[in-house]
Amino acid sequence: MKRPSPPRFLARRSYRRRRLIDAARLLPVLGFILIMVPILWRPGATAAPDTALGGLYLFAVWFGLIGAAFLVARILARGEPDAGDGETERETR
Amino acid sequence: MVPFNILVAVCLVYVCLLFLVAFVAERRAERGKAGFLRSPLVYTLSLSIYCTAWTFYGAVGYAARSGLEFLTIYLGPTLVLIGWWVLLRKLVRIGQSQRVTSIADLISSRYGKSNLLGVIVTVICVVAATPYIALQLQSVTLSFGVFASGTPEGWALPNQSATALWVAAGLTVFTILFGTRNLDANERHHGVVMAIALEAVVKLVALLAVGIFVVWGVAGGWADVAARIDASPIGDWPLVPGRWIGLTLVSAAAIVTLPRMFQVMVVENSDERHLATASWAFPLYLMLMSLFVVPIAVVGLSVLPEGANPDLFVLTLPLAEGKGKLAMLAFLGGFSSATSMVIVAAIALATMVSNHVVAPLWLSLRAGGAKAPGDVRGLVLMSRRVSIAAILALGYIYYSLSGGSAALAAIGLIAFVGVAQILPAMLGGLFWRGATRIGAALGLTTGFLVWLYTLYLPSFGAGGLLSAAVLADGPWGIGWLRPQAMFGAHGLDPLMHAVFWSLALNTFTFVAGSLVTFPGPVERMQGLAFVNAFDHDPGARGWSRGGAEAEDLLTMAQGILGAEEAQEFFRTCAEAQGKAGFLPDTTADFIERLERRLSGAVGSATAHAMVAQFAEGAAVSAQDLLAVASEAQQILEYSTQLEAKSEELERTARQLQEANEKLKDLSVQKDAFLSQISHELRTPMTSIRAFSEILKDPDLPDEMQKQYAGVIHDETIRLTRLLDDLLDLSVLENRKVKLDVKVANLHDLISKAVRSASNTRPERSFVIHRDQPTEHIPVITDTDRLVQVFINLVSNARKYCDAERPELTINARRRGNRIIVDFIDNGSGIPKASQRLIFEKFARLTDTARAGGAGLGLAICREIMANLGGTIAYLPGQGGAAFRVSLPTKPETRAQEAA
Repeated sequence: MKRPSPPRFLARRSYRRRRLIDAARLLPVLGFILIMVPILWRPGATAAPDTALGGLYLFAVWFGLIGAAFLVARILARGEPDAGDGETERETR
Repeated sequence: MVPFNILVAVCLVYVCLLFLVAFVAERRAERGKAGFLRSPLVYTLSLSIYCTAWTFYGAVGYAARSGLEFLTIYLGPTLVLIGWWVLLRKLVRIGQSQRVTSIADLISSRYGKSNLLGVIVTVICVVAATPYIALQLQSVTLSFGVFASGTPEGWALPNQSATALWVAAGLTVFTILFGTRNLDANERHHGVVMAIALEAVVKLVALLAVGIFVVWGVAGGWADVAARIDASPIGDWPLVPGRWIGLTLVSAAAIVTLPRMFQVMVVENSDERHLATASWAFPLYLMLMSLFVVPIAVVGLSVLPEGANPDLFVLTLPLAEGKGKLAMLAFLGGFSSATSMVIVAAIALATMVSNHVVAPLWLSLRAGGAKAPGDVRGLVLMSRRVSIAAILALGYIYYSLSGGSAALAAIGLIAFVGVAQILPAMLGGLFWRGATRIGAALGLTTGFLVWLYTLYLPSFGAGGLLSAAVLADGPWGIGWLRPQAMFGAHGLDPLMHAVFWSLALNTFTFVAGSLVTFPGPVERMQGLAFVNAFDHDPGARGWSRGGAEAEDLLTMAQGILGAEEAQEFFRTCAEAQGKAGFLPDTTADFIERLERRLSGAVGSATAHAMVAQFAEGAAVSAQDLLAVASEAQQILEYSTQLEAKSEELERTARQLQEANEKLKDLSVQKDAFLSQISHELRTPMTSIRAFSEILKDPDLPDEMQKQYAGVIHDETIRLTRLLDDLLDLSVLENRKVKLDVKVANLHDLISKAVRSASNTRPERSFVIHRDQPTEHIPVITDTDRLVQVFINLVSNARKYCDAERPELTINARRRGNRIIVDFIDNGSGIPKASQRLIFEKFARLTDTARAGGAGLGLAICREIMANLGGTIAYLPGQGGAAFRVSLPTKPETRAQEAA
């Protein structure tokens, strides 16, 4: 009685690509929030010295952002030439 | 310790190296071997001019004063770069499609090519950049000073001010040499970019080397550094939330609004995809530059004596440890940072000043407006050179006035906040179609004035440009207008106070002004083109119909782009319309293309104004406006297809029309020729008959007999020549001519032609201008035939040039594998209507009597050139009759055909 439902998204590749673009748009927002996190620590008010730890955190965030940007840019650049294929792919398959 | 002389020598060698790199890069680019020059790596490295001497020396000083806060200056740009998809991609796309030359040009172009906005942005940028340039001069001078004071054997620094002056002068020369060679900013400064990429590597290597030495040479590795940080005065991190957020945002704004960043990021960008690489590679560069800043600051604080200037730790630490060579490397790193910033900033600002201030002024002052021909190109280049010198002079004056005392970081931040005032107008222009010119002008002016009042003027200190009383109690004792506590906002630190009020009031007036005003037609069109930059449809056009004469436009374009480039551009456009020659139809499309091309050289506002003078009253039609206003963009998609088809049809129709007109003209000519040729044949025949009848008379004296026989002889020669010409032409037309191919020197051929033609109207004095050295080009062709063409052109000029003092200019040059020879006289030229016909058989412009030939000369020339594999064409817009002969350096396929 139950038939296997057809795949919901016909053009997986272009769908992935659009979500990747969403990620590229959101990455700076994420970065901004992470960079603003130290404000919540109120390092000036604590007794222990925090410069070393804070620096470590900021450089870790920085490195993470660079890595994420690298991945996003590589995948986006690879798909660049057939950027217009999104629509046609959906139609043909 | 490094002696002063060696230091100076190293600097000079380094500058020479930069010259060499820039020169080689420029050369390679000229030859079209720009492969490596246009790689994403070079692009990323060129972005590093963000890191000036302020970064190189100042970051350590900043860290030594306020701990980790310096990181915000590099974290802000990181956010912008990793978010390239949203903002930078659009910026670069618009920069390329609109041929934007600077940030002032971007704003001016977006808001209806308004020159007012261009001027405002230019002023903001120049005012903000002056202290920044002064800062670079100061840092180079200070670093010289470090070497001076550290030597026990003591060479005294000649004079701080003199050093700064020398540095400024040297930079001016370098910038002028490499920054103002091409006029078209879109041609890009390959040499400068390459030199800057090299400097980027030098400063990174230098800072890393000092950092590694400090961490593992002076301290005992990371663990030791961490312990030292905890023990140092900056061990605790006094994070001020307002400054933390504000500085991150301001530096994020600065990376897109600083004129020099805009120059390398948008104007010099050759490929949008480079942004993808830069999006992670440039943040990586910034991170590496910042990696060792805190260790250097902390170790410097603990090792060096109390009171040492933390801004110079990068230099003084290696010196104190006795590492002269490392200090030298660090010195070069600082030198690189300072010079690269100054060079690019000066180029960017000079472009803005010349395009938005000098060129419009000159246009409005000149009597004939843009219509009078003139050398705009030379003027713009000269004004750029002068501007570069003036900008560096301003920097130097600021340096000597301020005494170079303030901490480096403070000056840099003031400049950042200044250029950040452009941000609201820029973002609004890119993403909001409702942003208007008046709104932008209000916002920019408000922001600029508030910035001047709250940050720039107080930066000179109490009693500087603002009196101490004004600073403390406000002007006229009004407390609410105190520069550093406007509207009673005491709680803020002065910098954040200025950031908040300037940007808040700026944005408010910009938005409010945009909401209540109404944009003009050009403005709306540009708004659409900017906001929807990624749509395939280029948007509505600025020019609905051409009212302009193509020849006038060509004359104007030659003044700006240079003769050869302009002619090439017109020829390509004409070809695209399916027309031969140099004069395309002045369709809206063509005028639009021309305006963009010109704006690459002189900025959009000036280009628009110049083109507008020719296409008056044809700016924008109601239909174009409807296209903008209507929200039915979907319909446009269908209509673009139709448009493409109708364009195709239009082109075909134009070709047909042209062919038809030509046929009509030809048929008229043919009729004319028939009567002409019978006339030509009859006149000599009549006289021959008459004189031979007289000769029949036996009583005729000998003398008269001889005379009449002579007349008959002359007339038969004339007849034979006419028939020869006709035969020659028919042989040439059927391509049955046998070519006698020889190697010759073009110079000799031209000389021969000039000599042979000198018996045409020998009574006229006739000046011929030739550039003899450039004429020595080897040519493999049928030399006799080629000389025949030259003779014809020279004697035509001798015959028809109607100037009082006739002159003929002959230009020869080689372009690729073709040789081009131009013959330009100073007469009144050939009227446009006749230009298409002159190469036809029996075409004659003047009356028969003056011409003295059958009108076959140019037709024969054309056929000869076709046989030689070349062309001959009329060159319009040269101020006289001008013909261009173009032929291949060696025969192509004709040889095979003949065999």
